[in-house]
Amino acid sequence: MSEWWTYRPSDFLLFSPRVYERLIEAHNAALWPFQPVGVLLGLILLVAVWRGRDGEARLALAGLGVIAAWVGWSFLGQRYAAINWAAGYAEVGFAVEAVALVAAGVVLRAPLATSNALRRATAILLIAVAVVAYPLLSSLGDRSLASAETFAFMPEPTAIATLGALATLRRRLALALGLVPLAWCLYAGMTLWTLGDAVAAAPLGAAALFLATLALGGRSRQVSGERLRSR
Amino acid sequence: MTSPRHVVTRRAALAGAGALAATAALRPSLAPAAAPLARPIPSTGEQIPAVGLGTWITFNVGEDRTLRDECAAVMEAFFAGGGRMIDSSPMYGSAQPAVGYGLRKLGRPDALFSAEKVWTSSGRDGAAQIEATRRFWDVPRFDLLQVHNLLAWEAHLETLRAMKERGALRYVGITTSEGRRHSELETILASTPLDFVQLTYNPLDREVERRLLPLARERGVAVIVNRPFRQGRLTEALEGEPLPGFAAELGATTWAQLILKFIVAHPAVTCAIPATTSVAHVRENLAAASGPLPDEAMRARIAAHIADL
Ligand SMILES: NC(=O)c1ccc[n+]([C@@H]2O[C@H](COP(=O)([O-])OP(=O)(O)OC[C@H]3O[C@@H](n4cnc5c(N)ncnc54)[C@H](OP(=O)(O)O)[C@@H]3O)[C@@H](O)[C@H]2O)c1
Repeated sequence: MSEWWTYRPSDFLLFSPRVYERLIEAHNAALWPFQPVGVLLGLILLVAVWRGRDGEARLALAGLGVIAAWVGWSFLGQRYAAINWAAGYAEVGFAVEAVALVAAGVVLRAPLATSNALRRATAILLIAVAVVAYPLLSSLGDRSLASAETFAFMPEPTAIATLGALATLRRRLALALGLVPLAWCLYAGMTLWTLGDAVAAAPLGAAALFLATLALGGRSRQVSGERLRSR
Repeated sequence: MTSPRHVVTRRAALAGAGALAATAALRPSLAPAAAPLARPIPSTGEQIPAVGLGTWITFNVGEDRTLRDECAAVMEAFFAGGGRMIDSSPMYGSAQPAVGYGLRKLGRPDALFSAEKVWTSSGRDGAAQIEATRRFWDVPRFDLLQVHNLLAWEAHLETLRAMKERGALRYVGITTSEGRRHSELETILASTPLDFVQLTYNPLDREVERRLLPLARERGVAVIVNRPFRQGRLTEALEGEPLPGFAAELGATTWAQLILKFIVAHPAVTCAIPATTSVAHVRENLAAASGPLPDEAMRARIAAHIADL
């Protein structure tokens, strides 16, 4: 359609900041007190990337898949889709991502171990931001603590941590598996931006860092956990 | 009535008096203290209050019970103030079930004039979408169905016309907003029978004054004005600015009222549909449609003043 250029991101925003914040609060309240389990799982992911041991890393990747399915269904499908029909499509994307991550966990050898320092640093930084900083960042400013967003419960921290883990993979594989979390980070970042929420910088920054790392970080030579630790 | 210069046009005064009589005769129990000015729908002569209620963003509250009750309170104040037309769309997330919730809570007010839209790229999906929409509102039929943003308009207009013919719908319309696809809309207006057209008009977005509004008038098509406040950006920008002296002559106590008076005083406009989450604002908006309205010279002054700010 010829009039597409006349649209701004705000033309696609269907709800107010207040409605979105209350939606997250309701989601958190319904699942409390399990959010700390999400933080714990995130820390386990961080350790798995740090150590890069074959079995742990594969389990972590498959676990990310299960989490993607859960977050897609429980938040995107069951909650967010009520106020944003685009979330219904995203739920399908998260389901596809879930299958792909589980399959990658089954098939790949020592997936999260990389000899490339930049990739490794990006992975650890993104996962740490998603798991530790994001709940705090998302409840700063005008937002309530009850609307804090945790890894394994909300899509943004989950997508950011997933991009972190994927930053260790071979470029093409990382891009293919990163398509859904990348798209989500861009979409969510735009949405938060139009809502006037400064936390928008986190998903947008994560997407940029992931892409920059793949572009600049050179090849990710997969190394076995043993070799990684012996250096 | 003693009216200051440039304030009440004869047409507006007559329409206002007629409207008062009509609403009082139709629904004595619902007639508010100062009924808002009503305008005739050209294709039937039915009177409709010149201020309605939009639901974009404001009514998209999901399943949140507290917020749904707030929407219902806005609807309650709207009907109590003599309002009738509520406008929504399948595009507006959960606004449709929120309207349905409010209608049930208020015991299905007789005054309701239901204005909905069909918004799907395939003509074949139109009927199913309309039926889903009807179930959300839980009404036997809609007063008005509009093709949203001209999307697949030929196929949908066919569906709507067929519905109207068999009595499943009262009025047929088409919408656009923010100046999009005006030349196409003009062609449709000129060539296709319609009861309503919905478009954007306010003191800053005045392009429709040149062709579309005169054409709608000439073709006997009712005009619904969306985005009277540019989705709130206009009222926000004017916040804190002192109202011009002439606002008092019109009985406008806020910028929102001055803007609405500017809009509904245009001879081609049937009603404006501001959206709000606030009971105070819905009352304020309805009140803008009672009392004196600006004439052409005064309308020009309002537009110039706001453009200067
Ligand atoms: N293509 C289409 O078919 C189309 C496109 C656009 C719009 N529409 C229809 O037209 C309706 C109106 O357009 P819109 O919602 O985009 O924008 P709008 O009515 O111009 O603006 C709505 C905003 O104005 C504020 N507001 C309302 N009354 C006020 C008052 N008395 N004083 C100060 N602020 C006030 C509201 O905030 P508060 O909540 O704080 O009052 C709300 O944020 C829509 O809801 C929709 O039904 C149709």
